[in-house]
Amino acid sequence: MAAVRETIEQVKDIDVDQYKYGFSTDIETVKAPKGLDEDIIRFISAKKDEPEWMLEWRLDAYERWQSMQEPEWARVHYPKIDFQDLYYYAAPKSAEKLKSLDEVDPELLATYEKLGIPLSEQKMLAGVEGAGPLAGAPGVAVDAIFDSVSVVTTFKEELAKAGVIFCPISEAIKEHPELVKKYLGSVVPKSDNFYSALNSAVFSDGSFVYIPEGVRCPMELSTYFRINESQTGQFERTLIVAEKGSYVSYLEGCTAPMRDENQLHAAVVELVALEDAEIKYSTVQNWYPGDADGKGGIYNFVTKRGDCRGDNSKISWTQVETGSAITWKYPSCILRGDNSQGEFYSIAISNGYQQVDSGTKMIHLGKNTSSRIISKGISAGRSNNTYRGLVSAHRKATNSRNFTQCDSLLIGNDCGAHTVPYIEAKNSTASFEHEATTSKISDDQMFYCMARGLNEEEAVALIVNGFVRDVLQQLPMEFMAETQKLIGISLEGSVG
Amino acid sequence: MLEIKNLHAKVDGDMILRGVDLEIPQGEVHAIMGPNGSGKSTLSYVLAGKDDYEITEGSIVWNGQDLSELEVDERVAAGFFLAMQYPVEIPGVGTMNFLRSAMNAVRKARGEDELNAAETMRIVREKAEALNIPLDMLKRPLNVGFSGGEKKRMEILQMSLLSPTLCVLDETDSGLDIDALRIVSDGVNAMRGPDKAILVITHYQRLLEYIVPDKVHVLSKGRIVRSGGKELALELEKSGYAEYGEDEAA
Repeated sequence: MAAVRETIEQVKDIDVDQYKYGFSTDIETVKAPKGLDEDIIRFISAKKDEPEWMLEWRLDAYERWQSMQEPEWARVHYPKIDFQDLYYYAAPKSAEKLKSLDEVDPELLATYEKLGIPLSEQKMLAGVEGAGPLAGAPGVAVDAIFDSVSVVTTFKEELAKAGVIFCPISEAIKEHPELVKKYLGSVVPKSDNFYSALNSAVFSDGSFVYIPEGVRCPMELSTYFRINESQTGQFERTLIVAEKGSYVSYLEGCTAPMRDENQLHAAVVELVALEDAEIKYSTVQNWYPGDADGKGGIYNFVTKRGDCRGDNSKISWTQVETGSAITWKYPSCILRGDNSQGEFYSIAISNGYQQVDSGTKMIHLGKNTSSRIISKGISAGRSNNTYRGLVSAHRKATNSRNFTQCDSLLIGNDCGAHTVPYIEAKNSTASFEHEATTSKISDDQMFYCMARGLNEEEAVALIVNGFVRDVLQQLPMEFMAETQKLIGISLEGSVG
Repeated sequence: MLEIKNLHAKVDGDMILRGVDLEIPQGEVHAIMGPNGSGKSTLSYVLAGKDDYEITEGSIVWNGQDLSELEVDERVAAGFFLAMQYPVEIPGVGTMNFLRSAMNAVRKARGEDELNAAETMRIVREKAEALNIPLDMLKRPLNVGFSGGEKKRMEILQMSLLSPTLCVLDETDSGLDIDALRIVSDGVNAMRGPDKAILVITHYQRLLEYIVPDKVHVLSKGRIVRSGGKELALELEKSGYAEYGEDEAA
């Protein structure tokens, strides 16, 4: 496997700590004062020059949030978050009145270059050498979000020709208010949970995608998130609407600098697939996981949900989770339309002191709906990795089908893997299958690989890549090789 | 020349090898025979450098290089190869993929150019054909669901692909029918050469009809207690291991 070799080479290039995105950038920023109250929300809304209805929507969410409790059922442990001790808005100063790429702060462009994400369209078309995991391939449109603000969206014009709207959500609120009003909060209601309510009150940017009827989006869409400022929460909001018979594939990636304190990331992603539409949503999450002693790292508390609103629609989630100190995330599908399909493919890797509680919900409401869950959890170091999933069939969801496979792989003796499936069938024609395995990379496997000339790191990378193969194959081609590398890097130092 | 001198090794606190002395010049094939529990497999793992097999005394030198100082993979780079008695399954890792990773890891360690996918494929196919390994098998995950015979042929395939100079075969004949035994033996015989030393570990004389050794040694209670020519194997076949402590598992 060439990727194994590349993994090793890449690992060599990394300093003491293996997190290569751990630099921060000196850029002048505009921040809201610390803490959260109505004035801060008004400040954010005013900064964004939002219409009145949006402000009211936010204030309503804020009111609901105040009466809500942080969820405590997940298998994760962390000190209580002081929500008044965070900045809820930070934006690069120059980003305030941006018209084109030329106006982007060169420092910021340099940051993205460093991350392997060229934002210049010419460069991207040419397929820049050494381009990174998330946007290197030519013909991928990128929306880059730096702290709270969308910095630049590429390929807008080309997409517009196909009738596709791909823009920062702040822009969509102003330019496509009817669409936003119609769909925002329609999949994840404001008061769905503590973090979705918080997000609804304070989100500052994110991506908006609209694919018109019958259109197959001509290129991969990609959003790249980066938290740069310290003590700043990032609350992005993504909304994707696929009209009848349309198709879109969307990829998001995330990194952050290494910092001693924990940073909060509470995003909401909503997907709507109408009749015969298909949305494929992939995530490569590589937020800073904290250092070797478990200090610092991102708290990733995210609500992602897709609504197969029309008949024969399909939503597919693929996630590769390697970063974050704590992950609390359950990308889900509501299978409302008859014959609709939901898929969830996940690779969750935890190392060091990382804690992952992740999984999915497949809610079968329509007839003949089907869903498929393949989850691969890999725990190393002193980490804990939990799969938590719900599969439910409504009374009217006749002939609904689910297949679930949860595999856990343990590396070393100090980590944990947990599987918590919830299954509810309210009609007798539903057929749900659940398979689960837990295994360990055995000393014999390691010895065998090494007795064939592979070194320790190569052997682990090879075995793990074999373990996650079914899921890797679901990723868009351009990102598969990069993801294999990322897996190798995440597990560096996990053995021996 | 392989020179094993006064080799003592412990497994889980038990002393299994108690002073093995063995010399195999390049160009020769030697066989080690012995009753169960005499330390045959332990010797092969100690030579390979497996964890938990602790050398307490003695040395293993191959062409002037002390192998006991090296990691498992470094020994492979230095020319060592162990065909295992129980090859391990690696789920999800395609056999071809594994072979290419291994070949390139070894080539890199030896300072040779790595092979691209097409070159690997060509070389692997050619060698696989000689061992009667169907191409189909190369697409399956390594050793997963392979029959005993298929696993052994895969070991020999790997041995021929990694171009070792010092080969150890641990009970390669176990679980093989006559046809498979012939194919595997042909594969091993093809490896013979003036720069190669081969050590065949076996319980039965049968294998040595196909891989004819230059010398035969008897291992008992962790020591080589007798050495002779190939006729020694026939003698053992007749007399059994009774006098060497059969059933006295160490």
